[in-house]
Order: sequence, then structure tokens, then C-alpha cells
Amino acid sequence: MTAAVVSAIDVAFRSDWATLVATLRRDLRDLDLAEEAAQEAFAAATQTWRRDGVPRKPAAWLLTTARRKALDKIRRDSRFADRVPALIQMVETTVELNVDTRAIADDRLAMIFGCCHPSLAPEAQVALTLRYVAGLTTAQIARAFLVPEATMAKRLVRAKHKIRGAGVPFAIPEVDDLAERVDAVCAVAFAIYTEGHTATDARRLVRGTLCDEAIFIAETLVSLLPDDPEVAGLAALLLLTDSRRAARIDDQGQLMLLADQDRSLWSRPKILAGAGHLNRHSLHAPWTRFRLMAAIAAVHAVAPNWQATEWATIVNFYDALASHSDDPVIRLNRAAAIAERDGPQAGLAALDAISDDALDSYHYLHVTRAVLLQRTGQTAGAIEAFRRASQVCTNETESAWIHAQLDDLVS
Amino acid sequence: MKYALLLYSDEATEPDMTGPNAADELAPWMAFGEALMQAGAMLGGDALQPVATATSVQVRDGKTITSDGPFAETKEALGGFYLIEAADLDEATAWAAKVPSAVRGTVEIRPIMSFD
Repeated sequence: MTAAVVSAIDVAFRSDWATLVATLRRDLRDLDLAEEAAQEAFAAATQTWRRDGVPRKPAAWLLTTARRKALDKIRRDSRFADRVPALIQMVETTVELNVDTRAIADDRLAMIFGCCHPSLAPEAQVALTLRYVAGLTTAQIARAFLVPEATMAKRLVRAKHKIRGAGVPFAIPEVDDLAERVDAVCAVAFAIYTEGHTATDARRLVRGTLCDEAIFIAETLVSLLPDDPEVAGLAALLLLTDSRRAARIDDQGQLMLLADQDRSLWSRPKILAGAGHLNRHSLHAPWTRFRLMAAIAAVHAVAPNWQATEWATIVNFYDALASHSDDPVIRLNRAAAIAERDGPQAGLAALDAISDDALDSYHYLHVTRAVLLQRTGQTAGAIEAFRRASQVCTNETESAWIHAQLDDLVS
Repeated sequence: MKYALLLYSDEATEPDMTGPNAADELAPWMAFGEALMQAGAMLGGDALQPVATATSVQVRDGKTITSDGPFAETKEALGGFYLIEAADLDEATAWAAKVPSAVRGTVEIRPIMSFD
């Protein structure tokens, strides 16, 4: 009985926490109040459900309870006096949480756009999104980013302070701003995935929680904005990249490069889901950043092995990406793809064409150069490049891989 | 909500508002003020004289210390401000983006503190 109640609460938390907070935030016009009311409703659920059993509609029960809790609190606090009449009405009308799916979608979208508002610092956007869109606790977010819980709590409090003080709107943006704001939301989800995928200072290479949450956020976005090809591109990219998660580390915890990965370990369901997101939109839809990156990941996903990969197609996609932005990382990856299409010498020439000081602290540049030099038999150059890579690499798993290459070359 | 729009820019690149082309230079500012007024969003505002006219005052241990120049020496100086009414930060941002000097300098949006 108790175990069933606990699991019912876990399920309700996962599926309804974010929606509950989003709906309450619209009712109460205050994120803190909404969060507090939602928390109290879940606390009440653990007691009441244990005593009376799990209600037939847990989400509706939680919303009604949360609204009552909020009403109690607001009645005690004169600052919110103007909100009491509306709330009384809300509590008295029996509302089912999932009655109006469009309204719920709008509340959730408003929440996402609020959390990812460009007036907030990027790290605040990430923390808010994990808290209010993915429903992670402050402690979980702190653990994922390897900072003390108090630090993360402070970051969230400061962000909420700015939201309230500056009047940061929680609303679906005007049509004119929509594309830009959707891009900002996608960028936050991508940043969360990237942090999980190659944690810069983590012991382990992949911090699964953040990857899972980023995919959850991307799929939530797809369900809320089904007509947006770039949102689908983001979901596709994350799923296709994540399909290789199990193959990225071998049994000894060593990094496996894409070329050496055991492709039978790639997750077919994730590849299919990712490709599905990409294919749902016309080939004529604009080829924006995430769609192109997803397309590259898809070419890898269907290749039987490294050698038989369609490198010409991949180079074409990188050309298109490079025309979008002058991100040096894209040009680096393009050079690596050229090396596979035309040979290491051509790859080195493409690498030499990238002159960017910012890249010098990026270990993948030196690793790529080292590998290509090694393939052309320039061992001394390769050693030098691997040494530079190890100087700037901050991820232990990747660092260990670089040292293993160095040991092989030197001996 | 009430917001202050604080207009920062490099005085060296600001057009001359007192020279022979003053009327042309002033036109976009007049239009912006008119638009604020039409929308009922204008609560106030003024342009400031150049930073060379600034005086900073500090009181320490009961003594008033007066010095020439602005509080902070930066390339971009406060050159004027508007006080506006806007529904939220997005609306305030839309106004800030229409400030004629926004294409050269920076407009800082600061919500006005409310003590009620």
C-alpha cells in the first residue's frame, strides 16, 4: 500500500510537477508562490493518499489542493489581497488539470519561454529550466553541475528575484520574436545536453541525468511546438547523439572515438526516434543549425562503419553549417570530415586554414591535428599536438585517452 | 510597471545637437518622444549635458568631498534617461530598442523600485 502510494506520487511528480507549477504560475502571477503551493500539495499528497488511497485523478487533486494552499497563504499576506477573489473562484470551481490541453500547453510554453528569457544570465536560464520545466530538485541540479546545493539555491533565488523585480514576462512571445525566442530555448536545452555529454570537470565523461533531462525538454518542446522544424531538429540531434552513449566508454571506462565504437551498442530506438523527428518535416523546411547537425548525426547513425560513412554528404552538411555561422568548432569538424573524404593531407590543409586563437584552448583541435599527423607518418608533430591537447583538456576520461595515445607514440 | 531607460553612449560618436544640423539630429528624438506620448507610456525624461560638466560628491566622516568628473570613468557615459510605463520587460525592451542612440550605445533598462 505505502509502496504503491510512494510510486503514485513519484509518477505524479514526473508527469505533473511542471504542468502544476506552470498552471499555478498563471493563476498566481508569481513563480515563488506557485512553487510553494505545488510543494505543499505534494507534501499533502504523501499524507492524504496514504490515508485515503490515491485519488482517481491525481493531477486534478494536486491542482485543487495547491490552489487551496495558495489561497490560505495569500489570505495571510496582505500584499496579495487583490488576487484573493479570483483564487476563491478557482478553488470553488472543480477544475480538471487535463481538460483544456491547449491552455495547458500554453501555460507550459509560457513557463519555458519565461525560464529561457534572454534577459536572464545563461546559467540562470539553465537552472530555471531544469527546475521548472524538467522538475529537478535544487539538490539534483546542484549535483549535476557539481556545485554545492547552497550555491545552486542562491542562483535560483537571484534569478527569481530578477524575474519579479524586472517584470520578466512568462508568456508566449509575439510572432515577430517567436523564432528568435525558440532559438534561445533550443540553445538552453542544447547547453544542458552538452554539459551532460562532456562535463568539463567531471570524473565521468557522460552525466546521464543531464542528457536525459535535455532530451525530455526537447521532446516536451516538440509536443508543444509540433510545427517548428528547428525544435524537431534539436530533438533529433540529441536523440541521435545520445544513441551512441553506451558505446562512448568501453569496459575499462576509456573513451571510444566514433571511429572505434562498437556500433551494435548504439540504441536503435533512439536512432529511430531521432530520425523520426527529422523526417516529420519537409526537406524544403529551412536547414537551420540543429537540423543540419541532426542530419550529420543521422548519416553517422546509418553508416555500417567508419570507412563506409558517406563523408561527402557530411562535408556538404558542414559546408551548409559553416555558411550559417563562423563558429570555429564547425570548421574544425568540417576539416575532420574532409580528411575522411579526401585523405589526411587534405584534412591538415583544412585545419591550417582555421586560424582562431579561441580554438587553441580547445583540445579537440590538437587531438584532430595529432591524429591526422599520425596518419601521415609525422610522429614528432603528432606527439607535440597530443601534448598540447593534454595541457588544455579538463575532462579526466578524455585526458586519459590522450595520454594513452602519447604513450603509444613515444614507446 | 515603471522602468527607467538609461542611455549610455560614447560622447565622441554622438551627433552634435547644437550645430547647423541640429534640427535633423533632433528629429528622431522628437519622433521617439511623440511615440511614447501617443502610447501613454511617457512618464518623463531628459538629456544630460556632456560628462565634462559632471561633478561627483561623497560624504565621508561628515565631510563633503567634491570632485570633478563622473563617478565611474568609462568610455560610455550616461547621456540621458526616460521614465516609461510598460506592461513587462518585453514591452520595455521594445521601447529601449527604439531609442535613437541604441544603434550606437547601450540602453540599460532598470525597473523602478516600488515601496508599497
